[in-house]
Amino acid sequence: MTDGPIITATGVVKTFGGLRAVDVDKLEIRRNKITALIGPNGAGKTTFFNLLTGFDQVDAGEITLDGQNITGTPPHRLAAKGMVRTFQLTKALAKLSTLENMKLGALHQRGEKFWQALIPGLWTRQERDIEARAEAILQRFNLTHMRDEFAGTMSGGQRKLLEMARALMTDPRVVMLDEPMAGVNPALAQSLLELIKMLPAEGRTVIFVEHNMDVVQEISDWVVVMAEGRIIAQGTPAEIKSNKAVVDAYLGAHHGEDLSKVELA
Amino acid sequence: MDWGFIFERSFSAMIGPEVVVYAIAAVGLNVHFGYTGLMNFGQVGFMAAGAYGVGVTVYWLEWNFWIGILFSFVYVAVLALLLGLPTLRLRADYLSLVTIAASETIRLLARSRVMKPYTGGVEGVNQFAGPFYDLSPFELGKFYSFGPFKYLGRDVWVLVVGWTLLILITLMVRQLMRSPWGRTLRAIREDEDAARALGKNAYFFKMQSLLLGGMIGGVAGVIQVIQKASVQADTFNPVITFTIWTILIVGGPGRIWSPIVGSSIYWTLIVFIENTLRQLPPGVRSTLEDTVQLSDFNIAMLRFILVGLGLLLLARFRPQGIFGSREEMALDRR
Repeated sequence: MTDGPIITATGVVKTFGGLRAVDVDKLEIRRNKITALIGPNGAGKTTFFNLLTGFDQVDAGEITLDGQNITGTPPHRLAAKGMVRTFQLTKALAKLSTLENMKLGALHQRGEKFWQALIPGLWTRQERDIEARAEAILQRFNLTHMRDEFAGTMSGGQRKLLEMARALMTDPRVVMLDEPMAGVNPALAQSLLELIKMLPAEGRTVIFVEHNMDVVQEISDWVVVMAEGRIIAQGTPAEIKSNKAVVDAYLGAHHGEDLSKVELA
Repeated sequence: MDWGFIFERSFSAMIGPEVVVYAIAAVGLNVHFGYTGLMNFGQVGFMAAGAYGVGVTVYWLEWNFWIGILFSFVYVAVLALLLGLPTLRLRADYLSLVTIAASETIRLLARSRVMKPYTGGVEGVNQFAGPFYDLSPFELGKFYSFGPFKYLGRDVWVLVVGWTLLILITLMVRQLMRSPWGRTLRAIREDEDAARALGKNAYFFKMQSLLLGGMIGGVAGVIQVIQKASVQADTFNPVITFTIWTILIVGGPGRIWSPIVGSSIYWTLIVFIENTLRQLPPGVRSTLEDTVQLSDFNIAMLRFILVGLGLLLLARFRPQGIFGSREEMALDRR
């Protein structure tokens, strides 16, 4: 199981009323690689993301994680299985401090059980370990100075950093980032990119949705292109760059036509 | 005007039985709204469930009072599950609709003719709290005074037990909110989806919160009916829920001491205003009676109007409540 794809999606369909928002015949995500999911607005990227992460339910099809069927598994169970996501509209928990945001991310906390929560002795040691781990990750993300500030006081870019740092607290095998670069200033974006690039070496698979093609070119090992709910092309960044169907999808050369009938370059 | 009398009444109201009952109910609501963000507009329903837990057991089953107390926890838990199971997966608004409807349903059902054999109908259940007062070390009919406070012995006993419970419950909630469990509740309050993405079963935590806050509300209901020595359906009307909300907002939601201080301020003000209006010099009083029809009946209304005015001013000048921080409040607008 250690060599096969970490995630597969087979025949995944999601419709909203008459709209076929997602219709993916077959997709395999390679282990410990960075896969970009791109496509024009309304291509179904975020919906597909929601299906993979359990935030939305498929109408048909099957999704597996490490060979295990995870179709219909709720998000909190997926997190326990090592799959974590971030959101397009950043969800920093404004009235929790940065450190509290981080500590929240740790899984299997004894102090999260109601009766054990009443007796600090049962969880303070684990809490200290979690805190140490949180501080190490904050350091790596250059957020140590924000440790005790409310997350709500952070800038948009810092929130993106925090959300990714917090996701790492779950010690995930798969990190799903929904537009990690949106609204991040260029200087911060560069350090965010470096942080993402380091993840595969730690044994983490990264899947991200992105609009900025420079970012996609720079960090992805593999690019999947969606349009009108379907996957219209996939390949290395270089291959995708010269793919006519992709360019057409973005520029609308085949506007109004069925993209599945477009010949791929 | 007899200022001595006005102050004696006001001081006694400051830590009186109403303060205890409403503060405990507000601690429950604080768990719901202040820490978890659950919009419960039917806290009085949990109080009623607790109260009738005792009432029905004693009146209909003719069982022991103390078994009734245990039953009230069961009733409240059942109510919380009934309310929570269908609504907590839905958007926040649904819980508020269902809770306000449920609290009225309980009241109307309890006072209905159909339920009379079980609940005592409109007359309710009386004279059931004997076993509680039998334990009193104070002479029930005697007045006790210490400092500016003055109460009947039976109320002193209620106060001793009530305040002990209030403090214990408050400390328990404080401990819980400082734990990872409480952190998860606060995270759910801020953004449920973020918590779910991080492996937290938001539905389960919200259910726990609803149960805990509801049970605490049930305790308030039990103390209330013990103090009044009767369970009357109509005392559990929606106004109580909104009074509890007022108290929580005056103190500041999500702060541990808010319910106690909010409740104390609320009841001191109510009693102070009422007694002042009743004690107005005859000349002033008769002028007001002629011009704005200030009858005894209207005084009871007017005190709420004045408290409402005070609330408006609070909302204008200190929207975060007494304990809330303005800095934290400002985060909502970013």
